[in-house]
Amino acid sequence: MDKISVETPKDLSGALEIMSKSKLTPLAGGTDLMVQQEFGSLKAKQFINIWNLNELKGITHTNDSFRLGALTTFMEIRKHKLLKQKLPMLVQAAKLVGAIAIQNRATIAGNIANASPAADSVPALLCYDASLELTSTQKKRIVPLKDFYLGYKKMDIQSDELITAIIIPMPKDNPTIYYQKVGARLALSISKVCFAALVQMQSGKLVDVRISIGSIAPTPLRLYKTEDYLKQKKLNASIISNAIEQLADEIKPIDDIRSSKEYRVKVSTNLFRNFLESL
Amino acid sequence: MSKSQTVNITCTINEAQYSFELPPLTRLIDVLREDLQLTGTKEGCSEGECGACTVLINGELTNSCLVPIVQMDGASITTIEGLSQKGILNKIQQSFWERGGAQCGFCTPGMLMSTTSLINNLSTDEIPSEEYIREWLSGNLCRCTGYSKIIESVSLACEVNNG
Repeated sequence: MDKISVETPKDLSGALEIMSKSKLTPLAGGTDLMVQQEFGSLKAKQFINIWNLNELKGITHTNDSFRLGALTTFMEIRKHKLLKQKLPMLVQAAKLVGAIAIQNRATIAGNIANASPAADSVPALLCYDASLELTSTQKKRIVPLKDFYLGYKKMDIQSDELITAIIIPMPKDNPTIYYQKVGARLALSISKVCFAALVQMQSGKLVDVRISIGSIAPTPLRLYKTEDYLKQKKLNASIISNAIEQLADEIKPIDDIRSSKEYRVKVSTNLFRNFLESL
Repeated sequence: MSKSQTVNITCTINEAQYSFELPPLTRLIDVLREDLQLTGTKEGCSEGECGACTVLINGELTNSCLVPIVQMDGASITTIEGLSQKGILNKIQQSFWERGGAQCGFCTPGMLMSTTSLINNLSTDEIPSEEYIREWLSGNLCRCTGYSKIIESVSLACEVNNG
């Protein structure tokens, strides 16, 4: 017999209290965990059901930042007017996470904590310099998303900590964005390459460049070397071709069931060229 | 050796109240089909891709194969069996009937639940575009590939809803 158990705390402090005493896996919308259970790959046996914790719900903002409660669903993201305007790549990503029924249950923190290299929201969040708020009974700390993934499915989080919110700085200007997901088909697919980029131009120069790619390495990547190469430059044919070479060198694609290394390099560099040439 | 955990859950299904004592991660679809014999809800892929198991939970479109019963305490669930009243098809079902929106019928319950949710989410007098309908139903796969007639059925249902 399986010995699966689920604790359902009434509020966040109750949840953190339970998590400080035993090692439990948070269960939110269940769109990843329930699939793993059905197909026999669910390793965890003891869970904490956080789906009803009101403290983890809702989207708020100040002049400086957005705060997305950990349980914010992709449907809430795609319906949010200010997010559409300020963080359009996150909204585009939300629309590509499964279909409507999944978007009603799948949460932003769940997408991050499932730690799939193919998580559609993560490249967008990396471009927007998102951070995670991790809370335990002892303390609250903020970890930049770029530092959160330590390796394949390895994260900078302790067993007594819960992701309580995602903090995203309010974009100051109106950057040019580019978000492309390449999968086997349009709807419901898992990414072969998920490409997100954002640039801010000033008198023809790239003053801000951020590039992130998912699904090509054990974790989603920010491509800082390629960004640095492009910063303060005016684009021309040779700069573009050098940048593409730099990007091909910086990404370390994986072979897996969905795609080959070579294909991923080709698609990533094609998307990158497409983006740069559109500027 | 400790006994496996069970949880006590009370929820409303098609406007009737039920109480269960079940292991916490029991899937809602299994409760519907096995415990309550509500077999109109179908199981296709078991991973949230095909939409055959779609139901409404508190009005929101949901894949019942991905919902653990532990999260259903106090919830209000509508399945395909909750659409018709006293054996009379509702307007959405009638629209599918008139436009030939069902072939083998396996995806049809899910298609009808998604259409119900689509219509519930429209603002007054809004007529959805074909693109909008296709996106809203993109989580429902039909392997008879009868999509054109399904889209026509949904369009008719939206017109009837406005009329």
